[in-house]
Amino acid sequence: MSPNTSPSEAIEDAVEEGSASRRDFLKTSGFLVVGVGALSMAGPLSAVAQAHASGQAAGPYPDLDFRQLDSWIVIRQDNTATFYVGKTDLGQGTGTAFRQVMSDELDIAYDKTSCVMGSTDVTVDQGGSGGSDALQTDGWPMRRVAAEARRVLLEMASTKFGVPVAELTVRDGVISVVADPTKSITYGELIGDKRFNVTLSGEDVNKVAGQASLKPVQELKNVGQSPPRDDIPRKVDGSLKWAVDVKLPGMVHARNVKPPVAGATLVSIDESSVRGIPGLVRVVSKGNYVAVVCEREEQAIRAARELKVDWQKPAAAPFPSSEDLFTYMRKATPTSKSDPQLVGDPDAGFAAAAKVIDADYEVPFQGHTAFGPAHATADPSNDQMTIYSNDMKSYGLRNGVAKFLQMPRDRVRVVWMDGPQAYGRTAADDAGFEAAFLAKEIGRPVRVQWSREEETAWDTKGPAYAVRMRGGLDGQDGQDGQDGQDGKLSLVALEYDARAADHNHLGYNEHDSVLIAQLAGMRKTEPARGRASIPYDQYTIPHRRMQGSVVPLPLVWETPLRTGNLRDPDGPQITFALESFIDELAAAAGADPVEFRLRLLSASTADDEGFRRARSLAVIKAAAEAYGWDTRPSPKPAATGDILTGRGIAYTYRSYTMVAQITEVEVNRRTGHVWAKRMVCAHDCGLMVNPEALKRAVECGMLHSLSRALHEEVRFDTEKVTGVNWSSSPTLTHSDTPERIDVVLVNGDPNPERPDLPHYGAGEATCKPTLAAVANAIFDATGVRLRRVPFRDERVLAALQAARV
Amino acid sequence: MSLMSQITLKVNGTTETVDVEPSTPLLYVLRNDLDLHGPRFGCGLGQCGACTVIIEGEAVRSCVRRVSTVAGREITTLEGLSVNGTLHPVQQAWIDEQVPQCGFCQNGQILTAKVLLDRNPTPTDAEIREAMERTLCRCMTYYRVQAAIRRASSQAKGEE
Repeated sequence: MSPNTSPSEAIEDAVEEGSASRRDFLKTSGFLVVGVGALSMAGPLSAVAQAHASGQAAGPYPDLDFRQLDSWIVIRQDNTATFYVGKTDLGQGTGTAFRQVMSDELDIAYDKTSCVMGSTDVTVDQGGSGGSDALQTDGWPMRRVAAEARRVLLEMASTKFGVPVAELTVRDGVISVVADPTKSITYGELIGDKRFNVTLSGEDVNKVAGQASLKPVQELKNVGQSPPRDDIPRKVDGSLKWAVDVKLPGMVHARNVKPPVAGATLVSIDESSVRGIPGLVRVVSKGNYVAVVCEREEQAIRAARELKVDWQKPAAAPFPSSEDLFTYMRKATPTSKSDPQLVGDPDAGFAAAAKVIDADYEVPFQGHTAFGPAHATADPSNDQMTIYSNDMKSYGLRNGVAKFLQMPRDRVRVVWMDGPQAYGRTAADDAGFEAAFLAKEIGRPVRVQWSREEETAWDTKGPAYAVRMRGGLDGQDGQDGQDGQDGKLSLVALEYDARAADHNHLGYNEHDSVLIAQLAGMRKTEPARGRASIPYDQYTIPHRRMQGSVVPLPLVWETPLRTGNLRDPDGPQITFALESFIDELAAAAGADPVEFRLRLLSASTADDEGFRRARSLAVIKAAAEAYGWDTRPSPKPAATGDILTGRGIAYTYRSYTMVAQITEVEVNRRTGHVWAKRMVCAHDCGLMVNPEALKRAVECGMLHSLSRALHEEVRFDTEKVTGVNWSSSPTLTHSDTPERIDVVLVNGDPNPERPDLPHYGAGEATCKPTLAAVANAIFDATGVRLRRVPFRDERVLAALQAARV
Repeated sequence: MSLMSQITLKVNGTTETVDVEPSTPLLYVLRNDLDLHGPRFGCGLGQCGACTVIIEGEAVRSCVRRVSTVAGREITTLEGLSVNGTLHPVQQAWIDEQVPQCGFCQNGQILTAKVLLDRNPTPTDAEIREAMERTLCRCMTYYRVQAAIRRASSQAKGEE
């Protein structure tokens, strides 16, 4: 780095330097001769080191071999270790957790480790992140390769000291002879800066393994501790370099110009409208994709605003308005149906039931509305393409861009850097494709930044759901199967029928379905099928029918209402329906909502996969205990005064992670305003790696869904999205924040006779039950059942007034 | 037609001269000309707080403040909050409380909290909510942000 280099340019310089080291290291078999710089330091690695690019001139960028131990772990002479993993940390602290599990298996002190994530040319392809799978799936190969490195190092020490491995001990990266502790050697002395040259087995990256066994849970020392997250200091002092901060020599700034109306066709562009703008480089268009490129960012913003484009509106309305959405969805002809799940004889169950209840639930389209709009920078020099991106699935972006630009895959790389709130949005990284496309067109590095309005209108949406539920209650005791023994009504038959507006659900970084491919006329012809999800069999119910169908909106392509994965991706919707309805059934049965659920769960006593039934009972009981649940049916007796209070519970699971939540609300009967005053979450994700980081991820996941419960809804008329900024598309704010949040970390199965649970996923499970817990609390407080999300003040007030509360 | 002009800014204790159109929002000058990346683009509308800087004791949204209007005034960005390598107590409280998730908004949270505590070292919960209300976070770290503000406040009280 020369003294004249700006800090931003220094990022890229260091990127080039660091990655040259990495690549040389992986190519050569002897000593590492290139200085390793930042890569040798312990602790968190800066974006500089994470990016460690090898220089545009130094491509190509072949895939790393996941069957080589050296692709995963490098040990330095100073006895530090760097782990290279193909995942991305989206702000939940997974990078810290990876260091915890890998340092435990390697037997090296946590603070002597660092972790490099997600850049395609220096880390193996583990697919990036998504689905809360970081530890549940990818933690296993990480643990196995670290254990294998330990095994190999012990073998090396055994040869050196001439004693069997069984007579050696290892602690914090130092191997000693048990009988003679004066004989000891560090990992760094054994292999520092040299290659292991050990080939691993495994047919794919998830199955990769060496010969070593994993440690039993009792021997894990860092797992279960809460070292502070290693990314936080640089996020607090301003030193972290984010994907938005990338600045390259000769870089220009681009802004998109989107069709003003969904489905509009470009007729003409009047380039003279922007010719006078200083710094204008070019107006680029292909099909209905239009962008302006300028030397400076503020010039590009102005050019995008002032560019005159003639668009032709589509002949038919692209969609119904958001107010008419559910009416439309119920009448629409489905494009696909999910396989129905049938248990028992639901029709006979309903016919015999003492009470049958029906209810319809509605969850609108909800956007990601990421705090920072989409962005990426692409460098096209030397016939290669480097994309600096916060794409959570960076490898998929690399593959997609290579196809999109028809470049060999090894000429494209993605340098993953931190970015705003991903949650599925960056799994189809529009800006990454656009930056690469424009960079190739212009022949200079291009930074693309979407505007707020563009992001809120055109990001991917969580699908809208309309769910019809039917339940039959009968005087049958769920526990002993004998009619009416205790006089309590139990749920004997349940029907779930969902309609999801999820036709053409967006794939991950597909070169023929990302927005620019659609707008530029380079898209595939067949829309994706989408899905209408069915809830898990959470409860033992004798007769069940669950089915779903996907319904299309009129405009299938080039639409701002394109659906994609939004955190889970449809659990909040289906759990809102199921767990609200269970609450309605409990109320109809005159039962306490917790007791009603416990009875349904206790109807079977058999162990199931992952002990989900037993662990469900445990989280519900833990949440009720932490809250101080008062056992009684809902709603509460009518109260006086302006503020009505109530509590509601909802529970579900995701994969093997169990979540029970209780929300206490205050409802203002004069304004309809709902405040979730207190929230409790009991959470069991099996083996916990970092409990403090987990607690915060759980808190934030709950509040994200609280925002969806109270505020979020994509608003649109019959031409375009109309809620496009934080005023017209509101979000949760500081004043909505609960006064108290309790996260109860339930540690696995309550039965001590059973084996230890593995580390399951955490994050998205938390988002699922909140909508129902809030609705159930509002019902408890007011006696009014809200079946349409979100519970905005005016809707709540109207419902209260209609019910004369 | 717009003309470039020389504007002198005092940022984090140093004086910088830039050659830009006077109507350029301060945010782009800080980020692109001065390489100060603490302030970030979130909305360009003054609604979210990502671009917050402190100008003479006021939390200012730099995405809607023309650079010409702040010439010569003392501007502090997130990078300028620490003194001789020691974090500001508000920053330290953020680390102690482990506030951020993605962290993209935290520039605005931290600087807005600092301005609040400078004016009112012992805010009530209601005052914290009111002062922070327009500073948004989409990972929903609000609960921890508020806890960190209380922590910084009580630590300052303890040191008096």
